[in-house]
Amino acid sequence: MLALQGAFHEHARMLRDLGADTVLVKLPRHLDGLEGLVIPGGESTTIGKLLREYELMEPIRAMAREGMPVFGTCAGMIVLAARIQGEDEPHLALMDVTVNRNSFGRQRESFETDLSIPELGDDPFRAVFIRAPHIESVGPGVRTLATYEDRIVAVREEKFLATSFHPELTADDRLHRYFLGIVAGER
Amino acid sequence: MTVTGTDVVKRGMAQMQKGGVIMDVVSAEQAKIAEAAGAVAVMALERVPSDIRAAGGVARMADPTIIEEVMKAVSIPVMAKCRIGHIVEARVLEALGVDYIDESEVLTPADDKFHINKKAFTVPFVCGARDLGEALRRIAEGASMIRTKGEPGTGNIVEAVKHQRLMQAQIRKIQNMSEDELVAEAKNLGAPYELVLEVHKQGRLPVVNFAAGGIATPADAALMMELGSDGVFVGSGIFKSENPEKFARAIVQATTHYQDYELIAHLSKGLGTPMKGIDLNTLRDEERMAVRGW
Repeated sequence: MLALQGAFHEHARMLRDLGADTVLVKLPRHLDGLEGLVIPGGESTTIGKLLREYELMEPIRAMAREGMPVFGTCAGMIVLAARIQGEDEPHLALMDVTVNRNSFGRQRESFETDLSIPELGDDPFRAVFIRAPHIESVGPGVRTLATYEDRIVAVREEKFLATSFHPELTADDRLHRYFLGIVAGER
Repeated sequence: MTVTGTDVVKRGMAQMQKGGVIMDVVSAEQAKIAEAAGAVAVMALERVPSDIRAAGGVARMADPTIIEEVMKAVSIPVMAKCRIGHIVEARVLEALGVDYIDESEVLTPADDKFHINKKAFTVPFVCGARDLGEALRRIAEGASMIRTKGEPGTGNIVEAVKHQRLMQAQIRKIQNMSEDELVAEAKNLGAPYELVLEVHKQGRLPVVNFAAGGIATPADAALMMELGSDGVFVGSGIFKSENPEKFARAIVQATTHYQDYELIAHLSKGLGTPMKGIDLNTLRDEERMAVRGW
């Protein structure tokens, strides 16, 4: 659990309830022995800045390239993207996607809705969008898992998973189960 | 079904700010400095609290020009303050598109009996509280985030510490009570029973709780995190210090790494002079802002 800033306790609680051991990562030495990493919602500029300041960028990239699964929600999705619209420098740049930050508007436009995510079964997923980004375009290796009004809001590329919305704010743990499935090598 | 302005959406916005620092700014230029330092949001104001204190008179909502300039200058969320009970200032701020409204005791109250019914708004609100009863009354009115109040514009942490300790002690007490005792405790606190029951079950406030008022150094910010705050507001402490860029960066990092004392020692070196503080014993009763709120 990347724990520089944001809703990391909410993610950690959901993963612990599913039987996973969680570690809060604030410094490079906390990465030792991790089998998967969650990048929570928060402010992407703050998280990006602290990733650089504490030299977490390169070690995380190296572990991810060697096969460590990574799950990013909202700000976490921005941190994972290879390209951020209107900005010169991406953060971890692990996923071949272009994101548009705050594309759904300011806070008063934030919303919750029922989303169809076929990968998780037939039941709709209650998705909470908060000043959320969306994905403008994806590279050839990226699979779209969900869209909302023609905008891509959930994607998977090999062992990397990213959503525009916040599964950690609802009681539905299917996406966290799905990610633990990737970590276990079942998906 | 798609809906805006639900409790989950409004409280969730504050959850995304956790572990972060929200900074008071009075111009686009200051907002950019705050964003570059890693602030999770800025509070757009006409004057920081220490200047409001010095100016005296009636303090009101900021000129919308300043708020709009700040909104244009940064991509992080922008908050703004309205007076306690001033429904129209709040509606104006909502119309401007600010991301969070602070119904704040730093401004002169517009209503000496009632706070705004915040449930009627799509935009979320943060409110100050000195104790659990005050916090739960604000949440009952629809506040999506609480600031535990210190004494604003003083650079003196003592009131923030006192109130955060009280809040945490009251939460622990309720958590350990039998359910039989909760109705009477709700009466004592002046708080709705349903919210007291929720605190009993969760062992924490149902919304995010930041510290505010009197934070002037990286160690002050880390202290408030140590005492159980979810994050910190820094008002005059940044832009009234000798070197705002350095103070802003150091306070952000001390908040993230609040238990890493070697790091905080390193961050505290050569920062220059913090804002000038005020001994609270020299303040007259009518000069105290934290007591405003009903």
